[in-house]
Amino acid sequence: MQFMLLFSRQGKLRLQKWYVPLSDKEKKKITRELVQTVLARKPKMCSFLEWRDLKVVYKRYASLYFCCAIEEQDNELITLEIIHRYVELLDKYFGSVCELDIIFNFEKAYFILDEFLLGGEAQETSKKTVLKAIEQADLLQEVRPHVVTLHYE
Amino acid sequence: MPAVSKGDGMRGLAVFISDIRNCKSKEAEIKRINKELANIRSKFKGDKALDGYSKKKYVCKLLFIFLLGHDIDFGHMEAVNLLSSNKYTEKQIGYLFISVLVNSNSELIRLINNAIKNDLSSRNPTFMCLALHCIANVGSREMAEAFASEIPRILVAGDTMDSVKQSAALCLLRLYKTSPDLVLMGEWTSRVVHLLNDQHMGVVTAAISLITCLSQKNPDEFKTCVSLAVSRLSRIVSSASTDLQDYTYYFVPAPWLSCKLLRLLQCYPPPEDGAVKGRLVECLETILNKAQEPPKSKKVQHSNAKNAILFEAISLIIHYDSEPNLLVRACNQLGQFLQHRETNLRYLALESMCTLASSEFSHEAVKTHIETVINALKTERDVSVRQRAADLLYAMCDRSNAKQIVAEMLSYLETADYSIREEMVLKVAILAEKYAVDYSWYVDTILNLIRIAGDYVSEEVWYRVIQIVINRDDVQGYAAKTVFEALQAPACHENMVKVGGYILGEFGNLIAGDPRSSPLVQFNLLHSKFHLCSVPTRALLLSAYIKFINLFPETKATIQEVLRCDSQIRNSDVELQQRAVEYLKLSSIASTDVLATVLEEMPPFPERESSILAKLKKKKGPGAVSVPELDDKREGGELNGGAPPISSTPSPSADLLGIRSAAPIGATPTSTGSLLVDVFSEAGPAAPSAAVNDDGFLSSAPPSEDPDTLLSEADELLNKFVCKNNGVLFENQLLQIGIKSEYRQNLGRMYLFYGNKTSVQFASFTTTVSCPGELQSHILSTKPVEPLVEGGAQIQQVLNIECLTDFSEAPLLNIKFRYGGALQNLSLKLPVTINKFFQPTEMTSHDFFQRWKQLSQPQQEAQKIFKANHGMDTEVLKAKLLGLGTALLDDVDPNPENYVCAGVIQTKGQQVGCLLRLEPNGQAQMYRLTLRCSKDSVSMRLCELLAQQF
Repeated sequence: MQFMLLFSRQGKLRLQKWYVPLSDKEKKKITRELVQTVLARKPKMCSFLEWRDLKVVYKRYASLYFCCAIEEQDNELITLEIIHRYVELLDKYFGSVCELDIIFNFEKAYFILDEFLLGGEAQETSKKTVLKAIEQADLLQEVRPHVVTLHYE
Repeated sequence: MPAVSKGDGMRGLAVFISDIRNCKSKEAEIKRINKELANIRSKFKGDKALDGYSKKKYVCKLLFIFLLGHDIDFGHMEAVNLLSSNKYTEKQIGYLFISVLVNSNSELIRLINNAIKNDLSSRNPTFMCLALHCIANVGSREMAEAFASEIPRILVAGDTMDSVKQSAALCLLRLYKTSPDLVLMGEWTSRVVHLLNDQHMGVVTAAISLITCLSQKNPDEFKTCVSLAVSRLSRIVSSASTDLQDYTYYFVPAPWLSCKLLRLLQCYPPPEDGAVKGRLVECLETILNKAQEPPKSKKVQHSNAKNAILFEAISLIIHYDSEPNLLVRACNQLGQFLQHRETNLRYLALESMCTLASSEFSHEAVKTHIETVINALKTERDVSVRQRAADLLYAMCDRSNAKQIVAEMLSYLETADYSIREEMVLKVAILAEKYAVDYSWYVDTILNLIRIAGDYVSEEVWYRVIQIVINRDDVQGYAAKTVFEALQAPACHENMVKVGGYILGEFGNLIAGDPRSSPLVQFNLLHSKFHLCSVPTRALLLSAYIKFINLFPETKATIQEVLRCDSQIRNSDVELQQRAVEYLKLSSIASTDVLATVLEEMPPFPERESSILAKLKKKKGPGAVSVPELDDKREGGELNGGAPPISSTPSPSADLLGIRSAAPIGATPTSTGSLLVDVFSEAGPAAPSAAVNDDGFLSSAPPSEDPDTLLSEADELLNKFVCKNNGVLFENQLLQIGIKSEYRQNLGRMYLFYGNKTSVQFASFTTTVSCPGELQSHILSTKPVEPLVEGGAQIQQVLNIECLTDFSEAPLLNIKFRYGGALQNLSLKLPVTINKFFQPTEMTSHDFFQRWKQLSQPQQEAQKIFKANHGMDTEVLKAKLLGLGTALLDDVDPNPENYVCAGVIQTKGQQVGCLLRLEPNGQAQMYRLTLRCSKDSVSMRLCELLAQQF
């Protein structure tokens, strides 16, 4: 996967994750172009489109569009389920997630994504394992660091 | 303010975010952000040291502002400070900021790398993962330099926690993608392969992405992964849906891992080990079987996950391309999806079938779905699905269904989305050319294309139709007629005007016999479009006009008038002005002969790869058009002969006059008149290799070649040139021989072009020309050819010819050369036939019949009744009769269906008058051909020659 974008129906970008090195200018250009393309599509259309030399896979959940750009040889359907699994993770973590959760806790959305996907590839597909990792990290925040160290040694 | 923040809620951050959300305008938002930036800057610069929490909060605000799309030029240092915090959340925010906002400030990179190094060696798995995530997210070269050797160690160490292994594997993958030179293979590589056996499914899932990427680059070092992958896959495929606990997704066991395993196997050929292969085939069959089982859930996630595996399995089956049974099953499965109610599945099925169409095992199976695909092209509501349908039609097209597919694509073009029109146009043009059985269909298709989607017809497409019309004389008359009709439309596309101008300029004479398309009518039609056209098209039209002056002397005055008017001769565009001035001058001072030479019909274009195909390849990237290439091999014999380029062609846009090809003729005008005088002096230095039988005019030199080596189709090739002077005489895998010739009175000059089609040099290249039997025409090669012909090069040879007396046997051309050590020997007949020395004679009906009666001795007449070998199109017939060299006489024969011609054959010793009558019987598809000549042998020979032509 080359990148993942989350944006609202109004075209506001809520999350961006780039797995290939690109300049800020290029990123902005791609975002603008893709958001426009995807928003222009009608509801019953298929979830895949060819875009430049990439394949774009997107799906809308309530007011948010989740949009991934994958390479020629990548599998569209399994990417669609990557999106769904990520939505499930957010949903479980926030408890019926909505766009506002992602706006106000954007850093959490990034942390969860990093546990699930790394370098554009699935790192851990088990929902339980990903959530356990995130919740453990949440537990660490008020705990003194030496306790952490003790815990693992 | 909604209190939705979770975990360690940073109140200040939440307040700020909600302030931004409440901003009514962009200006208000910018104002609020600038206020916040000033605040943060003062905090960071302030004397009071900030505590970790505040630092984290401000860094997080900066990150938020950046993600909103604003530039951030400070705060990096504070973020780096957070990396070494002992508090997990502070460290985490620091890493996030660095991941999103790195810049290549070297001082900072050193500090960041230091912090990462500390965390990697902390033995705290949570910290290690954070550090690895950061490397994977940034993936810069500096990081690769610092950590590329460290990470493999972490990955394969026995005591590394599973979660760290997963991060390390994907972190290494990212570094390998950005800096492959820094990730060195070593002892760790074999241990990485064995991660496929790991008990932890998450570790396998992460590791396999790394292994796949490494295998693509170093297949040999990783080939042990094949059997491991097969057994892992087999275990997953045969497991019950609950066996894999949390790795089962909507009743589908480990879909991501299954897809990745199937993907990894696509890096390798089918397993050699029979047992492994058997197991794999079993897996693939199971996957195909499962597709037929009733779904375990109605959720779309279930069917998506299941079908993701199915499509990946089909990709592998196509990749192997060796199991006909599986290929056909895959095709049937996809056929079912073509009518599925899920748009996504229809889309993917069309896409996947495209690749199936290129396999010889499944091509036919794919073709059975043609109606469904055509229906998809017509009815799908989503343009991207229609695009896939068009791609598939293109891929499944072959000789059997080309007409249907091209017709459907053409009709689709009328309503096609703008975004895909150009590509559609290219595809139609390629298919029409590739599978044309009759060229009138090809011409119709391309002209339709221009009519329907003129704006999207690129230069390459119209260049190509002209190349083909010029190279195929059997379609020239039809093309002229068709463009003439197309130009009648009140509004026709400029591309149509270009094609029309070019074709009428070359072949307008072929339809000029019909008063409805008389020369003046043709000219007026073209000129009516002139003022609406762009400069390049006008330039092309001016060239067409000058060609008209040569083709039709009666239009000269009208055209000169047009050229002379101020809007041409004083045109502000330099190119147009120059053409107008030069053409006007040329037409007024040059003699008819010079005009005829300079404005001669364009020589054939060397056959080469279709420029349209090249364009489609460029557009779609290589590989995208692999299907027609495969077809090339399968079908062969298409229009462009699949010949590799032998020389660069001047593009037809260059100039109608073809200055380059005209040059050698113009350069030696004096020698034409004094041919015989030059004969011996120029022949003197001729090397023995170019031996010439010129010892005496009447010597009866035997044919120098063993008749056995004469090409079997030599007569056929000869017949092709009876009515034309230029073209490709012969072509095989190695060599192409092109001919250009001109005749005047009893003299002729022939240019032979020998093209080496290979990339290898021809050595000892020699050519010999001889006249068999009695020497009746005298041939002399003025120059021996170079003995070496480089790969891809073309050499030229000039022959001067004199007709001494009438003859029936054509001269022989023998060619010998060495190609890769093997001697090649080739003999053909040179297309010098008696009719080449015709001078047309115009005469009235009265004169004709008077002459006809005079030639009434039985031996003076030769007659043949024969079945039509070609179409009986009037224009084509006329073109052939004109090409014969005689004058085609109108209003002579009382029956307008019949053709009569008259001419004089010029030999050195005498002139032979010839009259010809051709009576077609369209119903019976028969002709009666009658010739009356003042010399009986000529009647016989002409009758023989001509009976092959119609």
